[in-house]
Order: sequence, then structure tokens, then C-alpha cells
Amino acid sequence: MKKQSEAQGYSFFQKHSQLLIPVTILALLLLFNLLRDSSYFNIAIRFNNDNNPVLAGNLISTIVDASELVILSIGMTLVTAACGGQDISVGALGTIAATMFAKVLYLFDEIGVAQILVALLATCGVTVLFSLFNGTLVAVFKIQPMIATLILFTCGRSIAYWIGQIANLFIPENPITPIIGTVIPGFPVPTPVLIVAVVGILFALVFKFTNLRLYTQTVGINQGAARLNGINCVAIKLISFAILGVCCAIAGVINVCRIGGKVTYNSLMVDFEMKAILAVAIGGNSLGGGKFRIIGSVLGAYAYCLLFNTLIAMKVPSTHITAYQAVVIFLLVIFSSDQVKETIAKFWKTWIVGKFRSKTTGTDISSGKEA
Amino acid sequence: MTKTISGGNRGKTQREPIANSQLLFFIAVAIFVLLYVAAIIAFGDKGFLKPQTLLTMFNENAALIIVACALTIVMITGGIDISVGAVIALVSIACAKYLQNGGEIWVSILMALGIGLAFGVFQGFLISYLKIQPFIITLAGMFLARGLVTVVSKEGISLTSEAAPAFIRLKDFRISIDALGSTDIKGLTKKVVFTPGTLEVTVIVALIILLAVALMLKKTRLGRHFYAVGGNQQSALMLGCNVQRVRFHAYIISGLLAGIAGYVNLMHKGAGNPTMAAGMEMDAIASSIIGGTMLSGGVGNVFGTLFGVLNLSTIKNIVQVSGISNGGKEWWQNITTGGMLCIFIVMQSIILFVRGKSGRKKAGNKPAKN
Amino acid sequence: MENEVLLRMTGICKQFPGVKALQNVEFTLRRGEIHALMGENGAGKSTLIKVLTGVYPKDAGKIILDGKEIAIHSPSQAQNQGISTVYQEITLCPNLTVAENIYIGRDKTAIVPWKKFNHDADELLKSLSIPARAKQLLGSCSLAVQQMVAIARAVDMQCKVLILDEPTSSLDDHEVEMLFSLMRRLKQEGVGIIFVTHFLDQVYAVSDRITVLRNGELVGEYKTENLPMLDLVSKMMGKELENLSNISVGHDKRATVERPAFYQAEDLASKETNPFSFHADEGEVTGFTGLLGSGRSECVRAIFGADKVSGGKVRVHGKSVKITRPKQAMKNGIGYLPEDRKRDGIIADLSVRDNIILASQVMQGFFKPYSRAEAEAFADEYIKALQIKTASQDTPVGSLSGGNQQKVILARWLLTHPQYLILDEPTRGIDIGTKTEIQRLVLKLAEEGMTVTFISSEIEEMLRTCSRLIVMRDKHVVGELTGEQLNQSEIMRTIAGGEEQ
Repeated sequence: MKKQSEAQGYSFFQKHSQLLIPVTILALLLLFNLLRDSSYFNIAIRFNNDNNPVLAGNLISTIVDASELVILSIGMTLVTAACGGQDISVGALGTIAATMFAKVLYLFDEIGVAQILVALLATCGVTVLFSLFNGTLVAVFKIQPMIATLILFTCGRSIAYWIGQIANLFIPENPITPIIGTVIPGFPVPTPVLIVAVVGILFALVFKFTNLRLYTQTVGINQGAARLNGINCVAIKLISFAILGVCCAIAGVINVCRIGGKVTYNSLMVDFEMKAILAVAIGGNSLGGGKFRIIGSVLGAYAYCLLFNTLIAMKVPSTHITAYQAVVIFLLVIFSSDQVKETIAKFWKTWIVGKFRSKTTGTDISSGKEA
Repeated sequence: MTKTISGGNRGKTQREPIANSQLLFFIAVAIFVLLYVAAIIAFGDKGFLKPQTLLTMFNENAALIIVACALTIVMITGGIDISVGAVIALVSIACAKYLQNGGEIWVSILMALGIGLAFGVFQGFLISYLKIQPFIITLAGMFLARGLVTVVSKEGISLTSEAAPAFIRLKDFRISIDALGSTDIKGLTKKVVFTPGTLEVTVIVALIILLAVALMLKKTRLGRHFYAVGGNQQSALMLGCNVQRVRFHAYIISGLLAGIAGYVNLMHKGAGNPTMAAGMEMDAIASSIIGGTMLSGGVGNVFGTLFGVLNLSTIKNIVQVSGISNGGKEWWQNITTGGMLCIFIVMQSIILFVRGKSGRKKAGNKPAKN
Repeated sequence: MENEVLLRMTGICKQFPGVKALQNVEFTLRRGEIHALMGENGAGKSTLIKVLTGVYPKDAGKIILDGKEIAIHSPSQAQNQGISTVYQEITLCPNLTVAENIYIGRDKTAIVPWKKFNHDADELLKSLSIPARAKQLLGSCSLAVQQMVAIARAVDMQCKVLILDEPTSSLDDHEVEMLFSLMRRLKQEGVGIIFVTHFLDQVYAVSDRITVLRNGELVGEYKTENLPMLDLVSKMMGKELENLSNISVGHDKRATVERPAFYQAEDLASKETNPFSFHADEGEVTGFTGLLGSGRSECVRAIFGADKVSGGKVRVHGKSVKITRPKQAMKNGIGYLPEDRKRDGIIADLSVRDNIILASQVMQGFFKPYSRAEAEAFADEYIKALQIKTASQDTPVGSLSGGNQQKVILARWLLTHPQYLILDEPTRGIDIGTKTEIQRLVLKLAEEGMTVTFISSEIEEMLRTCSRLIVMRDKHVVGELTGEQLNQSEIMRTIAGGEEQ
């Protein structure tokens, strides 16, 4: 009996086993790039058009490119954990955010930091409202998240157009938004990376000073039990959607500032919903909800962008990349499916372990039914 | 003791209660009629009175009707398939390339079926036998097909009558229906011109498939098993359905129909291009939902889906003629589609809730409220 | 024909890890007989049914059907041998028609012969006097009719043995009567029916014989007319009536002291229970008793606001309060350990620590999370106090044994320092050692002034801990026992006797 309980010991490895997938993928990709072309890791300080210093290099551009995705994947992780489903309207919502941001900026004659903040707040307000609409369908009307968000997926970009009232989205000339898209003069770290860092710190604080993690996980794992412990499941789901709304606003603003010029509603943040879901899955989070690790999703988002940029660096035509991505997703889901895991475990036991039985001792983690 | 029970006396049960699916179907039909009548009243002068407008709707949406049927089948079993749009694009462009290089028509048809079948079998296997969420699998399938599209060709391929004369003849073949024709007064001479209503071959294909799927769902064992699996997977298992195989078949059929829809799409457009059929899967899902297919599975019929397609198409037409500025057409159309989707999804949820409340009472010695 | 043996199960043994679910059980079913299978929770009746239908393989024993020994490995195999089961939860498809539900999965042709199906189904339904039509959607029938359609399917498959597993638990009286008349018809046609239920009246209304199981062992097989209800109850509960010493465990000293009431409810009702009145005094251990399904759990769920409360007045400390949601109950100092640990209790994937602090954390508020050190200290304290066997605080609670999971939930509620603790079956499926620990703890808490309500299927446990018992039957309170009345025979008399004298 005693031996068994020792075998149940919860090691460091088990505690972080979830991060195994994204860390492995990241490591493999980095190793692959190192072998392929070590100049991939070169980092230099260059000067951009406005003669401001900026960090440059393949790795830096990957990190910058991942900014929107990282922020979205954080929100997506929460929604996935609480509702056991995914929001497929984040791309459309990001477009709405970008439009709203530009629209509010048009109201001002002179644009300074204060005006940008006002516009950002207004944008957050609008996206949170839309996201709460999704959340209401999911939490109150008990519709599967994917289907509920199909509505905004269908018409979100059109709503963005309706808000914008112009064919092409364009942010008025001003000194601030280019800084958001590139670098702060005199400070070479790209601004999107700084924003991601700020958002990351904010979330760390939220998780430290509220019970969001505990509540969300509880609701996602066992809704009935959560209710019996006094947790308001509907409210938690709505909160997760509201947070995703804020994430969409920030991601949309970063995206439109990075692009800088004219964009059409149909080309802004395309496929971001799919990428964000993928980041959550690569991060080792169950798409069925429950336990989650934000850091996993963040690493997943970086892994995804690293994969993308590696393929680009390998001169794979950018249009073919989706096919390669698909292969990676297929491999990922196939190897994380229970059926395949069982088969592999059986194979492992009978063929590999079986031969070395005499040397190894059974370290099964038994469910320990002592009763 | 004066409790009555539904089904407890014969006289009462002679009246069939309206099933959820029928109710939703009638709503879809009613909305279509309302929309169309409203369109005639508001924009009668812009062609809504002409039967050809209706025929054109079919011409334009043959491929959508076919994939919507596919989605209806998958959704009846409680699943989803979002790879169909990309598969259509892949089939269209692959066949276009092959035909442009002087390929045979029958080979190109086999190619279309083969591509669709391959996707169906692969995705179906992963979903039903490895029990992976259909959304993720078909999302990856969508990425794969979209990627392969650009591998086949980065640019659009327009079929010319020099390269593929037989195909172009087939494409341009029109079935004219005099009974659905209309007369116009044209030109300065005020000549009265009669134009018969015309239908493309694609519509015939779509309607045949619609009927075949309807018959399959209604009359065959497989069709009924689709409903059983979607209605209650556990029960279906207890009743002796091979649940895994039934789900597998649903995705195979869905893939196959996507292949056919891809070919039909090519026949309609006469060209393949990489961004073709973008978002068609969502249109198909929306059509199914509007036509009364329940997201939770087990309920739905393809005629409802047909009206779902027609509803979306009517909205499109109304927006087109309603004088909204050129750039805004698509946007309004999407917003109305989204609005309708919202109404239908919420309505389904409420119907399920209300019916669930009265239909299923909890344990306890309380009288039934039916 | 009456006494011809149809099915005989002998020496059936079934063992689960750590539990002997069935030990050498005998069961005999005769042709044309309705045979009730009775037993309390965990007695082994559902295990026996599952062995018979091939859901579980048996460890030992023989199943003889029609004089031949048969081996059954799956439910469908059982069906082919003529053993059909109709479950409490309807296992048909509500979105298909009645005819389809009768024939689906059995037809071999690719095209559905609708005409034949509908015609045959109508004939079948008529011959069994089931008030449904073949073309009707099953979902539009009442639950009773749906049950009957399931039975019709079994009959059409030429079943010899029909197992009805708690078929009546969601039917009203009229519907039950309809079902019974169908059962009687089938009996006349020579079908052997095994009837599992927890409604005593129904057993006497319809069955010919009763087999009683207890703790995985056979208590005996009796003719229904030779076994009065009181005897049946005592056999199910575990003691022969004659042996029941009228020992009442010494609670008398408590009854003498007048204590203020902590909780009072008047005509409290929820969706799941009829109105009842109840009060619990400070430092008192009360209990709800009754057979499984008598409504005892539903009552405490109503007190905690776990089910939707539909009426009644509630007072805590004499002050009128509203408790319709668990959070309100918690705010009023009430804690509730639910009956179904897996479904309502543990958050399986979360760590022991998170599970322990959960309720207390919720009461603390969303914006006041415990620091890591605090949480660890709390968890440590209760892991030690309740001797929870876990490798570490971080172990997911789902990987603990049942008894330790239960202790974790108990720790969760103790950490909220409730004034009134409701324990619904805290000792179910737990080893003997932990059981006594929990009982001792309950008494200790009461001595310290906590109000406790205790529910258990084991009457002795109730007698040992409770000073006042509310007796329930068929969702109604049928009696309240205190002091001298607290003994087994009195409880059984109250359960069997129905109304309070």
C-alpha cells in the first residue's frame, strides 16, 4: 500500500507535462532552424525609415508577428476552459475593433496619447459588448460556442464595414499609431512586443489577485459541482467572453497599426480564429474545457508563428503554408487522441518494456482504489 | 383521478403533434414566401415578378444546394464538416487544370469524386474511429485543401472552348422552359421579345442529388441510422446501430457530395480560382440551420435546407436590387444572414427548452403536463 | 406452466477491485412470473442485472436459460438469447417514430419497408394495448408509453426474460397502472419478468415473488403473499425483526436540553420534492431516513437550494431568509456534502488543495484569493486533521480513493466553518475504518455546537449518530422519531406503515 502511494507522487514532470507539447515543438523548430541556417538567430539593430533604432532579425520578426496571436490565444484559452468550446468570431471581432479604433480617431482634430487611449477604451467597450452577445448565447441559451459565434463570424466584418462606412479602412495621419505598429523612438524593442509583455503582466496580476483561474477551471471541469459550491457559472462564462473581447480589441488595434496603410475589411485578421484555436491546442490545453495553462497557449502561439516563418524562410510559397500547417495539426490531434495513445501505450508495454521487464520496475500510476 | 396522458386516449392522438423539425421547416418556408412577396411588392419592377429570377437563384446556387445537403447529413448525425468549401475549390481548380490541358470529361468527373471521397474517408476515419472532435479535423482538412489548391495553381484557370470544347458545350447547355419565360419590351422599336426561362445542367444535378439524399434519409436503413445516431448516440448503440460506422459513412457522403459540388461549381463558373467558394461551408451550415436542422443532431430534412439556400439567395437578391451603394452589397447581405442565423439559433434553443420542459418531466410522482 | 423454471442463476460471484459485489448469489425465474428483485443501495441488484445482460463478465457461477447453460458477453448477445432489458432512462431515440424504434437495428434490408413496419407495429401495439400509433414520433408520447414501446420492442424480439430496471421511477400513478396491466398481460403469455424497483407498494401490487439481496449476498426468495411489507423492509435493511433489539443508542441526555433552533423550514418545496416542514436545532444531529428514492436526498437539496426551490418559508436563527441558490445557503452558514461524490462533489482534475479551499474561497469572494501560503496551510491542516491519504497537495483529487475523496469534500466544507452541515451519504462506498472516523467526527462537531443533518442508507449508522429522525416514503414525510422511538423496528414500522399514527 505504501509503495503505491509513493508511486502516486506528483513530480515536477507530471505537474508540467502539459507544456511538453509546445516546448517540444518550439525546441524542434529552433533546432531545425539552427541546423538549416544559423544566421536565422542573428539579431541586429537597424534603423527604420524614421531613423529610429529597431531590433531586427528573423527571430525578432517571428516574435513581433506573433503578437496579435498571443493576445488572442490568452482570451481563447479562457473561453475554451470555461465553455468547453471555441469562439470562431475573433477574427471578425478584431476587424470590428480596428474599424472602431480608426472611426473614433477621425473624431479628433489632433491626435495625442490621450485620444489614442479614448479610442482604445471605446474599442474595448464595443468588442466586449459583441463578445458578451456571444457569451449570452453560450451561457444563457446553452448553444455550442462554435455555433453561437458562427453568427458574428458570418456578419462581423460586415458590421465593421457598417461602422466604418467606407470601403477601405484607413487610420488618419498621426504621430502615435505608427509607433504602436513599429518602435518607440530611441527604444529598439518593437512596440507590439512591449504591448504583449504588458498584457501578459496584466493577466498575471488578474490571476494573482482574483480567483479567475480557480473558478474558470471549476466551471469547465464540473459545472454541477461548481454551482453547489456557490459559483455562478453563467457569470464566469460571460467574464471569459468579456476578456476575450478585450483581447480582440487589443489584437485588432495592434494589427491595424502594424499594417499602417489602407486595408480592406476582408483582409484584416483573416483566419485568426483558426490560428488562435490552434495555439490553444498546441499549448496542450484540452479543447473540451477544464484545466488550462495560459503559458501553454502563449508558447503555442509562438510555436505556430515560428513554424510559419520557418516555412517562409525555407522559401515555401506562402500560399502553400496552410497545407503544411494542416499536416502538423493532423499529426498533433492524431497523436493526442486517446485511442492512439492507448495503442502506443500497449505497443510500448508489450514490445519495448516487455523485453526489458527485468530491469525496469512498474511505475504505473494506479488510480489507487483502496476502499 | 382525472389525469389525462398524451397518448393515453386514442381520439386525442389522432392529431399528429407538429414535430420540431416540421415546425422549423414551416418557419423556413414561411420566411421564404414572406421575403419573396415583400421583394415583389417593393422591387417588382426589378425582375422579381419574372420566373427567371427564381430560376437564376437555382443556377447560381446549385453547388451550395449540394454541399448544404452534405452538411445536413453530417449535422443530423450530430457532427460538422467545415472542409467542404475548400474541397470545392480544390476540385474546381484541379479539374479546370486537367481539362485545360485537354483532359477527358469523364476522367475529370472521376477526379472530382476521387478527391471528395479521399477527404471524406480520411476525415471520417479520424472522427469516427479515433474519436477526435470533428471541428478540429475538418478545420485541418480545410487548411490542407486550401493549401493544395495553391499547389495546383496559384492563378485562376479559365476554361476556353479551344482547350476543352466538350466541357464548354456542357457548361453552356441550357434547358429552356417556355412555360417559365417572360416577355420584354426592348429597344427603341419597342419590339416585344420573348425569352424562355433557362436552367443550367448543374441545377438538374443538384435537384437529383437533393431528391436522392431526401430518399436516402427517409427510406434507407443508413438514413434512418443517421437520425438514430444523432438523436441519441447511446440509445442508437443499444438499439443495435454500429455508431462508428454510421458516422464514418456520413463523412464519406459529405466528402463525396463536396466533390460533386466542386465539379458543379466548375460547370457553373467555367473557371477555377484559389479563393473560390471561400466561406461556402458557413453558408451551407447557415442554410441547414435556417432550414430546420438541429445543431444538436437528430433533426433535419434536406427540403428545409433547400429553402434555407433560397432564403439566403433571396436576401442576396434583395440587397442587390435595393440600391445600396456598390461596395455595400455584400456587407448588408452578410448582416441580414447573420441576423437570420441568430434568430433561428435562438429559436431552436428556446424550442428545445420549452419542449424539453413539457416533454421530459423529472423523476417524481407528478402528473404529466401534456 | 406456472412453476416451470425459465432462468436459473447459481453461484454467481462478481468482484470489483476491493469490493465483493456479488457472493454466491442464486436467482430463479419461472415462466409467467413477475419477480421483484429488492435490495438497498449497494446490495448488488444492478450488478446482478448487468451480469445477466452481459455488461459485466461474471467471475463464477452458471446462467441456465431453458435448461441450457448459456454464456453472455454483451447486451446484444443477451437480446439474441431472449433476455431483454428496459432501463429507467429510456434507451430509444425520441426523434424517430414508434415503429422505427421497435424495428431499428434489427432489419437486414437496405431499404426500410415502411409499410410493413407501420402495419406490423400497429398490430403489435394493438395486441399489447399500448396507446400509441406506429407513425407517431416517439418523443411525442408520454414517458410511460415510451417505456411500453421499449417493452413492445423486447416482446417483438421474442424475449423470454424481460428485465424492467426501475421502470416506474418517473411515472405517475395512472401511468404506472398502465404499465402494470401490460406486465400482467405479458406474464400470461409466459414471459418471465424481473422487476427492479424501490417502490414498496408497487412490489406488492404486481409481483409474484420477491428476491432480496443485501451486501452482495442473497437474503432469500419469498412468495409475495408470504412476506409482509414490514418483513421485507427488515430483510432489506439487514436484521430479522425478531433479532431487532430495541436498543436505542443513548441520545437521551440530549433530548432533555432545550436548544434554540438554527434552521426552520415551513412547507419547503422544490421541483423534486413535495412540501415538507423541518427544523434543526443547534448542536443537534438530525437525519432523513427512508428507502432509496424516498425523497430524503431531495429534501436536503431543497434546504441547500441545490434544486430550484418552488415555495416555503425558511428561517435561520429565527430570522426569515431566502435560500434559493447554494451561495445563499453558504452565506447563512450551511454546508452540503452531496450524495453523488463524482458528479456533484469533486472537481476531478483539480488538485487536492484547490478542492479543499474551493467553498471557503468562494465565500471569501472573487477578489480575495488565498495566497499560496494560506492555501497550503489550510490544505495541510485538513489533510492532517482528517488523515487524508494523498501523495501531495498537488495530486489531482480524481486519482484518490473514494474514501479520501469524500474526506477532501468534507474538509472543503469544514474549512468554511459552517454552523449547519448537511451530509448526504458521506459514508457510501467507503471502507469501514473511514466510516467510523466520519461518524465520530459528526458527533464531535455536534458536541461543539454545530448543527448536523445526516443521511445514510445504513440504519445502524443513523441510529448511532442521529438524535432525531425524519422518516420518508414515496416523497412524503411519514413520521418523526425521537428518544425512545429511535430503534430499527420502529423505523421500519414507520416506513412500512405509511402514515404517522
